[in-house]
Amino acid sequence: MNFLKLIFIFCLVPFFVQAEQNIQEITLKNGMRVLVKEDHRSPVVVSMVWYRAGSLDEVNGKTGVAHVLEHMMFKGTKTTKPGEYSEIVAAAGGRENAFTGADYTAYFQRLEKSKLPISMKMESDRMQNLVITEEEFKKEISVVMEERRWRTDDKPKAQVNELFNSLIFRAHPYGRPIVGWMNDLQNMTYEDAIEWYKMWYSPSNAILVIAGDVDTKKVFAEARKYFGKIPAYEIAKRKPQFEPIQNGSRRAVLKAPSKLPYIQMGYPTPTLGKDGISNQKEAFALEVLVGVLSGTSSSRLNQNLVKKTSKAVNVSAGYSMLSRGGQSTFEMYGTPSEKVSVVELEKYLKLELKNIVDNGVTDIELKRVITSVIAGEVYQKDSVMGAAMQIGQLETMGYSYKIVDDYIDNIKKVTTKDIQDVIKKYFHDDALTVVTLDPQPLDKNKTPKGRPHAH
Amino acid sequence: MHIKIILISMLLLLSNFASAALNIQHWESNNGAHIYFIENHDLPIVDINVDFRAGSVMDTKQKSGLASLTNHMIVLGSGGINEEDLANQFIDLGAQLNSSFDQDKSGFSLRTLSEKKSEAIDLFTLVLHKPNFDSQIIKREKKRYIASINQSETMPESIASKAFMKALYGEHPYSFPSSGEVKSIKKINKKDLQDFYKNNYLSNELSVVIVGDISRVEAEDLAYKISAGFPENKRAKAIPLVNYNKPQDIKISHPSKQAHLYYGAPIIKRGDPDFLTLYLGNYILGGGGFVSRLTQEIREDRGLAYSVYSYFMPYIEAGPFQIGIQTKKDQVNEAKKIIQKTVSEFIKNGPSPKELRRAKDFMIGGFPLRLDSNKSILAYVSMMAFYKYPLDYLETFTNRIDKITAEEIKSAFQRRVDMSKFSSVIVGSE
Repeated sequence: MNFLKLIFIFCLVPFFVQAEQNIQEITLKNGMRVLVKEDHRSPVVVSMVWYRAGSLDEVNGKTGVAHVLEHMMFKGTKTTKPGEYSEIVAAAGGRENAFTGADYTAYFQRLEKSKLPISMKMESDRMQNLVITEEEFKKEISVVMEERRWRTDDKPKAQVNELFNSLIFRAHPYGRPIVGWMNDLQNMTYEDAIEWYKMWYSPSNAILVIAGDVDTKKVFAEARKYFGKIPAYEIAKRKPQFEPIQNGSRRAVLKAPSKLPYIQMGYPTPTLGKDGISNQKEAFALEVLVGVLSGTSSSRLNQNLVKKTSKAVNVSAGYSMLSRGGQSTFEMYGTPSEKVSVVELEKYLKLELKNIVDNGVTDIELKRVITSVIAGEVYQKDSVMGAAMQIGQLETMGYSYKIVDDYIDNIKKVTTKDIQDVIKKYFHDDALTVVTLDPQPLDKNKTPKGRPHAH
Repeated sequence: MHIKIILISMLLLLSNFASAALNIQHWESNNGAHIYFIENHDLPIVDINVDFRAGSVMDTKQKSGLASLTNHMIVLGSGGINEEDLANQFIDLGAQLNSSFDQDKSGFSLRTLSEKKSEAIDLFTLVLHKPNFDSQIIKREKKRYIASINQSETMPESIASKAFMKALYGEHPYSFPSSGEVKSIKKINKKDLQDFYKNNYLSNELSVVIVGDISRVEAEDLAYKISAGFPENKRAKAIPLVNYNKPQDIKISHPSKQAHLYYGAPIIKRGDPDFLTLYLGNYILGGGGFVSRLTQEIREDRGLAYSVYSYFMPYIEAGPFQIGIQTKKDQVNEAKKIIQKTVSEFIKNGPSPKELRRAKDFMIGGFPLRLDSNKSILAYVSMMAFYKYPLDYLETFTNRIDKITAEEIKSAFQRRVDMSKFSSVIVGSE
């Protein structure tokens, strides 16, 4: 349904979509919501706690604190030592992890079904009794700085992406990196982490999602027992934040050690309204457009720029239809072939959009997007984790999980004219942001080889 | 409708074991292919994976990258159907075609809705049997390979990994970068691909795994169709033994912020009787995510790195035992010392009773998680099939784990893991 950037505390997981959802939900007295989806194919359960707090809610000078708190959540509670819960989960044969996005922070365990209470006990404990000491914080903040070096500082494309976001979003918090600026990490204190925890980790700001081989009624009873008595506190009112309209293109160049140049370009675009209805036409047109351009190996960008004409080594497009922050972008990415400059590649990418405005997309292309979506819904049923992820993301972003029920119908409604209309409305040069990578030699004493780089 | 997530593949061996309840049917085709079938009608999906012994270990140094390019080209046009039409035919069926590749194996998988299975399987069979190896596409893909190799030569992880495999394997084909070298890729032509395909895509080196909504009769028919399209050649090229005796310490400068350290030696091959013991021991040492000794020492106690790990990666011949870490440049020597101390202490004394109990609890208690979807069953059984694990491997797994003693782990590490023979590579050293 979109294109998200998440940061995990440790290793990983992929996914998506689902018809006939059969999801049951209750709201506890303290405002915490509990959603359960039964799937009895295998004796396992996925348990996730989602908090409606992410880098979107951070302020300047304290960027990265949402992610740092995620790390600190593994560092002990009033009654457990740092890492103790990780040992308990592992000894139960479980897998656990956590991730932070712009819109949310989530913690999850995968367990054999009888072990579910371990997860409930642990999550309810660290929701209310987390202990953050200066000593543990100091060690963990260096881990996070290493993570930033590894994830961003030594990866040219990640740096381009960071610069791109900060350029396309001048006012909106989506312009700031989820992992945080290095300077903010260097100056962060354990009090900042405690402040964050006290602001956002109320049960009324959390959602429990359980999927797998469980009995819904029993899960509700367990949830009441473990989470029901946690006192809620008021969550600060969030002010709406909107990016001012862009009047004029924005361009930047990033220099980093690399052989190949690279371009990331994009335009601000609407997201689906929280009711699942407003902006529907435009959001779904953009969703289908990204499928036509970049959904498969024979989609337009790949077919026309990589396969037929060899203008590029790699190209793709991305769009997030969903966001809690109410802002989104439509982006294109590409690595030009030898003898093609990033300037030329930008032109070719724009020509692909113009071609759709002039000639539309074919019925066959629309049908292919629909076919892939329908098959994808069936395939996703093979993943219990995927179901839990989807529910949690939608709900923390402020949508209902039920909007998925209409997803295929909405995709089917999109016409070639709808697609042409969104391109004409949003994809114009005054709204364009472009960041290019200017490759530098590994040895600074050497000048870059080959063709000159025109910017 | 997909979500992309930044993936970090740190716990490489996580998905390595499975459920006893799994009913695996196995038979051999008349031309030597091994077929594994797990019938399951819960979802209207069929998954198929085929693997050939045609990984980069079958490459020659001169034309390294040939095995990978062959694997890659097989899905780019078949039976006279061009690349674009072929891709679209799969898409129009809602089916997914994927290829996979590593040192030992070249693999292809199909995921299809059961209502479209017969068309999808016919198309999949065509892909496997009749690759076009179109000259224009070969030319284009060679350029893309070269671009990607050139780029990887600026990336510290790639530089480190390549140098590490070179240090461990010298002239052995396991040292060849799986996508080849710029020089070797340039030499490859259409005939090379055709010959490589003819000589290495053999029925008697083929394993087929079928999972999902399909009957035994249909599975037999499908397996017959696939295997019948490949020649049998019992004198297939043998893989040379690994001969490692010269450990090296390599340092490569790089303008990166972090230094990347790889540390280890070739140790163990598939089917080695020590494997399970070493695997369990390594979970305690550096395989067990948050709870391993290396993570405790490096990350939890000292905050030196986001990730530190160790693993045994058995191949057909001796695969590497590898320890890896990335850390700020000025910390890498300190980190290396702590790693050395942690590993040598573990070899000397083995695990504590508590550590062993917890590791067993993890393996045994988490057993159902290893096979909780058709996708994970397919991946796991494909590994078993390719490396010819015994059929009762899953049934006996938890039992065998449970019997391993601390003394056995200590002894296996002492016999097999000799730190004085470790090579190390640091990229981004100061």
